[in-house]
Amino acid sequence: MCASVAAIAYVILCALAVRSAPFPQSPSSQSTLLQSPASKPPDLTAAKLLFESHCALCHGIDGGGGRGPSLHRPKLARAADDEALKSLIENGIPPEMPEAWFLSKEEIAGLAAYVRGLGNVPPETLPGDPARGRAIYERSGCSACHILDGEGSGYGPELTDVGARRSSAGLRETLQNPSKTIPENFLLLAITTGSGQTVRGIRLNEDTFSIQLRDQQGRFYSFRKSELRDVKKLRGESPMPAYGSALSSAELDDLISFLASQRGKR
Amino acid sequence: MKLLALFLLSCSAVFAQIPFERIVNADKEPGNWLTYSRDLQGHRFSPLAEINTENVSRLKVKWAFQFPDPSNEASPIVIDGILYITGPNAAAALDGRSGRPLWTWRRPLPSDYHSIGFGHVNRGPAVLDDELFVTSLDGYLVALDLKSGAERWSSQVLDYKVGYSMTMAPLAIDGKIVVGVSGGEAGIRGFIDSYEAKSGKRAWRFWTIPAPGEPGHETWSGDAWKTGGGATWVTGAYDPELKLVYWGVGNPGPDWNGDARPGDNLYTCSMVALEAGTGKLRWYFQFSPHDTHDWDATHVPMLFDAEIGGAKRRLLAVANRNAFYYVLDRATGKFVAGKPYAKQTWATGLDPNGRPIPARDAEPSKEGTLIWPNLNGATVWFSPSYDPQTGLVYVATREIGARYFKRDTPYQPGTFFPGGGEDELPPDDAWGAIKALKAESGDLRWEFKLHSPPWAGVLSTAGGLVFSGSNEGNFYALNARTGRPLWDFQTGGAIGANPVSFNIDGHQFIGIAADRVLYVFGL
Repeated sequence: MCASVAAIAYVILCALAVRSAPFPQSPSSQSTLLQSPASKPPDLTAAKLLFESHCALCHGIDGGGGRGPSLHRPKLARAADDEALKSLIENGIPPEMPEAWFLSKEEIAGLAAYVRGLGNVPPETLPGDPARGRAIYERSGCSACHILDGEGSGYGPELTDVGARRSSAGLRETLQNPSKTIPENFLLLAITTGSGQTVRGIRLNEDTFSIQLRDQQGRFYSFRKSELRDVKKLRGESPMPAYGSALSSAELDDLISFLASQRGKR
Repeated sequence: MKLLALFLLSCSAVFAQIPFERIVNADKEPGNWLTYSRDLQGHRFSPLAEINTENVSRLKVKWAFQFPDPSNEASPIVIDGILYITGPNAAAALDGRSGRPLWTWRRPLPSDYHSIGFGHVNRGPAVLDDELFVTSLDGYLVALDLKSGAERWSSQVLDYKVGYSMTMAPLAIDGKIVVGVSGGEAGIRGFIDSYEAKSGKRAWRFWTIPAPGEPGHETWSGDAWKTGGGATWVTGAYDPELKLVYWGVGNPGPDWNGDARPGDNLYTCSMVALEAGTGKLRWYFQFSPHDTHDWDATHVPMLFDAEIGGAKRRLLAVANRNAFYYVLDRATGKFVAGKPYAKQTWATGLDPNGRPIPARDAEPSKEGTLIWPNLNGATVWFSPSYDPQTGLVYVATREIGARYFKRDTPYQPGTFFPGGGEDELPPDDAWGAIKALKAESGDLRWEFKLHSPPWAGVLSTAGGLVFSGSNEGNFYALNARTGRPLWDFQTGGAIGANPVSFNIDGHQFIGIAADRVLYVFGL
């Protein structure tokens, strides 16, 4: 039936303020929910079935989102910690998300562990040196486009928790071939105005009649679409340079090691 | 003093009686909006023309009303200067000049109530004589005094504890109030009910899933019919001459796994024509036999007459969630015409009787099967509009595909019973449109593209305009003959409701709910 699904999607989507991960991860056996010595480990296989039966309708079969938000993110806007997530699953978000009143405490704990695992890349043992990686990050000019721990410029995605969102393989892919791993909702535009002026920038918002973007210098633009000569959506294009040939293999390992260690503010 | 009293009387709205004849003859009072679609034929067309293609660019907000709840989908009733609106378990009468409430009504929601597959919403009231009729999420049809909002009677329609609910606007016909139910994702057995308007006593019930021994039961297997779905959550239409109620029926359950319910699964995903006096089935037409994509046929049907092959025909048209547009003979239910109006990959076409010819590999699967349209369909519950001046049907259309998955789901009363799910394509792979279709054939006349697949219905007017809204908050007007945009306004809230038009003090207004706010526009 799916009667008022729009309402559900609108409210949840509007509530989101956290960037999503472009590399959806399988549920992690390293979830903090599993580290409680007082309880037995959640059954993630059973939790996956519960998720597909009761959550996938809105959040997508693998948690990637649909009418409800994507859960492929380390920080959930409505669940700051594991207890909050369990409470949210049990009680719902009236009126847009139903409560799971019919599940046992163990099932809810399992579901919470599964959901938490969807957005958290487990820590990996990596060959590089994070300290050297930081130096490479700083000298390569990454902060001209990225904010990390409050430092830098916000043209590109924030990297403060990139290690929790992206696996080392994903980070390597992005550094070597950024256009292959464009983050969700990150779209480069090339706009030609009625007077022939060209503006390139990242889309901030768009509706049927207007579009807003920010260029690399941080300037905001807002246009009525009817006044524009052309709007090119440069899907698959990234303003980020490829670092595959600019860095040695060892430097790349160091930089990946540094980025992977960025798991968000505590 | 006498003069002052007379002046105040003339400035005040008058609470009026609304006998059924006034609703039947809705075109005689175009300044009012007396039933969900303005007329019983489901047209959502306003004969008002003061706001037109020449002056719509000057449209401005006249007033706004803040709902107590978010995500409002209500389509107001308007009677002689007063707007009657609803929310989840709530209703209010608003002064049409100022938007100020004249009365409000609220029914507490039980703490153990759960919405399964939809939000806490209500799509509007119905009116008959001196009563306003409202459905509640916890399963009651309530009659309110039109003047005060005081409860006259309430009748329990369903048991919410096993997954039923009600979100729809009732349909008032001659002496009776017809309602349908929600719960298609909860393994309910759907029905359509009719209640005596005066007493609240149930007049008849039509079960959308036939029981053993009833015609159509042979399209089910084992006990699957008991949890077969067939919700009826969108308001239907009525032909006062044929005395037939036309109502859309929703998906079978479980939605995406049809293994336990082989067969066509009547009367899910069908249009049914019921005799108004008895609820007896006159005919049915099934759009999506054995549906496994959640493509409810819960749409407002549009009734109109047109000449086909030299003969005047009584027709019924539906732009279906499955992406096909259908024209049926509304006296017999026979298929007249049909064709896709949006991208679809699940059928290779329709046979001469209008039955779909399934494409290969269009079933949900363990690994996921990419199919257009997605589960919300090429259009959903929100209303289309039939414009008798242009002979066009305007449909808010969703162009979006999804990977459909099949899973096992054990039935547990009062919980989700989906049997799978979907992954929608990313937002930039989806779009929407207002499409203008030739009513008797479905031929595309024009389309106006939208940034995303919409959730708002369409209003057409004698001023040559088409109004609708977007997910991003745009409320806009198009030229009804060309689709050219003429005006738009950013409401600041996602629009998932149907527009209406009416007169206040002899001047035309347009109303639309946008998330928490009801906006009223005028020149």
